[in-house]
Amino acid sequence: MSTAPPSEYRLIGRKVPYVEGPLKVTGRAEYTDDINRPGQLVGRLLRSPWPHARLRSVDVSAARALPGVFAVLTGERYPTPFGVLPITHDETAIAVDKSRYIGDIIAAVAATDERTAERALALIRFEVDPLPDYSDPRDGLAPVAEPIHARGLNGSNIQKEVVQHFGDVDAAFAKATHKVRVRGNFAGVTHAFTEPMATIAEATPDGRLTVWSATQVPHYLHRSLSEVLGLPMHRIRVIKPEVGGGFGGKSDPLPHEIVCAALAIETGRPVKILIDREDVFYTNHGRHPTQNDIRIALDADGQILAYDIEALIDGGAWSSFGTVTTYYNGVLSMGPYRVPNFRYRGRRVYTTKPPSGAMRAHGGTNIRYSIEVALDQLAETMGVDPFDLRDRNALPPNSTTVNQFRITSTSFRKCLAAARAKSGWDSKFRKLPYGRGVGLGCGFYISGSNSPIHFTPVMPQSTVHLKVDMDGGIAAHSMQADIGQGSNTLLALIVAEVLGVDIERVHVQRVDSDVSPIDLGSYSSRVTFMMGNATRAAAEQLKAQLVAGAAALLGHPAEEIEVGHERYFWRNDPNVEVSFMAALHKAMEERGALVATGSYNTHKVGGTFKGARAGTAPAYSFAAYVAEVEVDVETGVYAVPTVWAAFDCGRVLNRLAVEGQIEGSVHMGLGQVMGESMNYRGTRLMNPSLLEYKIPMPQQMPKVEILLVGDDDPEGPFGAKEAGEGPLIATLPAVGNALYDAVGVRFTDLPITPDKVLKGIDLRRKEGRPWKGA
Amino acid sequence: MPSPGPLRFQLNGQPAEAPSEPSRILLDLLRDDLHLTGTKRGCDLGTCGCCAVLVDGRPTLSCLTLARLVEGRSVTTIEGVSPPQGLSPVQRAFVEVGATQCGFCTPGFIVTATALLRDQPHPDRQEIMRAIAGNLCRCTGYLKIIEAIQLAAERGA
Repeated sequence: MSTAPPSEYRLIGRKVPYVEGPLKVTGRAEYTDDINRPGQLVGRLLRSPWPHARLRSVDVSAARALPGVFAVLTGERYPTPFGVLPITHDETAIAVDKSRYIGDIIAAVAATDERTAERALALIRFEVDPLPDYSDPRDGLAPVAEPIHARGLNGSNIQKEVVQHFGDVDAAFAKATHKVRVRGNFAGVTHAFTEPMATIAEATPDGRLTVWSATQVPHYLHRSLSEVLGLPMHRIRVIKPEVGGGFGGKSDPLPHEIVCAALAIETGRPVKILIDREDVFYTNHGRHPTQNDIRIALDADGQILAYDIEALIDGGAWSSFGTVTTYYNGVLSMGPYRVPNFRYRGRRVYTTKPPSGAMRAHGGTNIRYSIEVALDQLAETMGVDPFDLRDRNALPPNSTTVNQFRITSTSFRKCLAAARAKSGWDSKFRKLPYGRGVGLGCGFYISGSNSPIHFTPVMPQSTVHLKVDMDGGIAAHSMQADIGQGSNTLLALIVAEVLGVDIERVHVQRVDSDVSPIDLGSYSSRVTFMMGNATRAAAEQLKAQLVAGAAALLGHPAEEIEVGHERYFWRNDPNVEVSFMAALHKAMEERGALVATGSYNTHKVGGTFKGARAGTAPAYSFAAYVAEVEVDVETGVYAVPTVWAAFDCGRVLNRLAVEGQIEGSVHMGLGQVMGESMNYRGTRLMNPSLLEYKIPMPQQMPKVEILLVGDDDPEGPFGAKEAGEGPLIATLPAVGNALYDAVGVRFTDLPITPDKVLKGIDLRRKEGRPWKGA
Repeated sequence: MPSPGPLRFQLNGQPAEAPSEPSRILLDLLRDDLHLTGTKRGCDLGTCGCCAVLVDGRPTLSCLTLARLVEGRSVTTIEGVSPPQGLSPVQRAFVEVGATQCGFCTPGFIVTATALLRDQPHPDRQEIMRAIAGNLCRCTGYLKIIEAIQLAAERGA
């Protein structure tokens, strides 16, 4: 039953086209590489050919002497370590003492043009001592001869170990009726956004530094620049032009951004660094290669008694978001089901490979796959329908998980019901002919992280400024980062909704740290919830000022003034009205332009034990997806013709954007489950191009039936929750479980490529275990 | 070798001239020399389609095209398929259905779709997918892009 009231909104819930759409379809949207500054130099990076080596000495004299070269930088010039998490600063702008992976930045030059810069790089001479390389995280669990970082746990390459135990898992398993164990293996995957990273920096004689960069998180970049370059933040100006996709890959402050700024300071000239496509792959920060080992215990009725989970996570050369990753691979198993006993041991291990980091549905994807496959297996063992098993275990609304996550709204059971009905599940599951099948996968994700990465000084998670002057245009400033997901449109939509004006009046300004109040950026699917609430707060303040103006003109008290479309009217007689412009001009008479500030901060929720903050969120999204597959049993090639995607993002604010996020998530999830893989030979990345790292083509995309069933969230803006990352998760297990229904083979090694499918089919045949009569 | 004369071609309907350099790539010429930044650099390897332009009306990857090869030919970029005011029917459809997200691949899709609808005003879904097979998009899953091209076709773009 829906608790959502019928829509009383003019814009919210409708399909609102992206505000910057006309600029993007005409090529007029300005991305970082479209900006050029007078006198600009080309910055280029020298990348290490050694996976692990001590940099004994370097000779840059020939490079420096080359005409046209303005600066050559090596690591010791700016050695201050940085990293996205304050507790794991283990990166430097340029490698200082060691190269830690093939692709590590070991020197940089600024020159008049690309060719000169390349020539200069070729003249730099390093003497190095090779060190042992570590490609397999299992080799880094014990003390090693040469730890990749000094901060590895007890002389090993373990970057982070998390051990948690809630309830009594052993006792739960002892009394369990049904048990299952699944061991999942997941290749690393990467974001594959279309715009390669790019940065421009310019230091000016007034002592200021301006940095334009393709970043998802301008504020963390701002902080890192300040820390490494030793400049106060107020002397640095960070500008975010349009960003051509991020998916997590542009959320760390990245070394090339700092190098670019350093080169600009050294040369006194603007410097641009473009990361070419191959180097985008080496920069990586994609989803971690992961092995997980999960055990689930159920009682005779199919109630979950316990999860026992281990995860081994291949971190690559740096920490990046890794401490969060290590927690998430455990704690994001705490929904969408009630789990009364939970034990987790997660270890993230440095390897001498490109760093992994945050990628869409960070930390919640691989663990979810193994759990959903395990539940599918348990349902089969018990002879119950996979939907029924999940429905029986759904987390109730307004509950607390065993690790003290606060659950408020959940429409998970509505997701299940919708996916089951619309997919025709009951007439398909185990009933389709051999080679065809349907599978169910579910999802759960944070709607923003409750704890900001930087918690000093104490400040709101998001702040939005609005200003309206006599022209009637509303300028909106915020450091939230639109990277294509439609957050600028959402901001404009909320302002227009609250003030009753046309959305064309709202002009969302480009992120510019000089004028944009801080929002912590686009990661952890936080923007709709947090920036949305901040925007609403700001717009309500502006509305109060406008209504006061209208009240003064109409001669009625402000409490009796209602908002109409581009007008304000008296509640008791709608014909007694003034236009938005008249109300605005009245309100401005004494004070000039109207300004308003709105902010949002998360409440304190969750436990007080070590690591309790990880995974706490002001709200969570829920999902239930059914995928249908068709397998060519002679080749193992398979297609996914349809995905039914039932999703709980609370109230839908912009239907166009929510659909876009779900369709894009299905694409990205299918990529990971069907074929994407960062392929390594030892520590060498073998497929650093979009030709060899294949993302799904249009022909591989299923029809996506989107079912938005969420009830209003009590704290989300207008009842909304996230829809940017959670929609990816359920895609993978839905396909994996559909393959089982099709051919009777469990796949726990991702990606599930046709050769693996064929091998599974052949093995089952050889064992004389026919499936669905074949 | 004597240096060849300047490169002459038609660019977005106007005669254009550029210094000739045998190894100059068309994408670099457009973006860096002629400041037509609507054409995007996504891979420099012909794998993503962000740099697509029309050469004599045919979708062409400008990152794999030597500038010399357009001598005497007609090049149309995203700037050239955009009307002076407002949007073309294809562009309007992309905006309406939300076929852009990050927008970085969009110019490549727009020029490709424009050429498709000129040659085949009523393509079926398969024909649309074939036409855009050289363009990667990581945001949309292509579904709204296909929908936009269908909408533009229905309206007789």
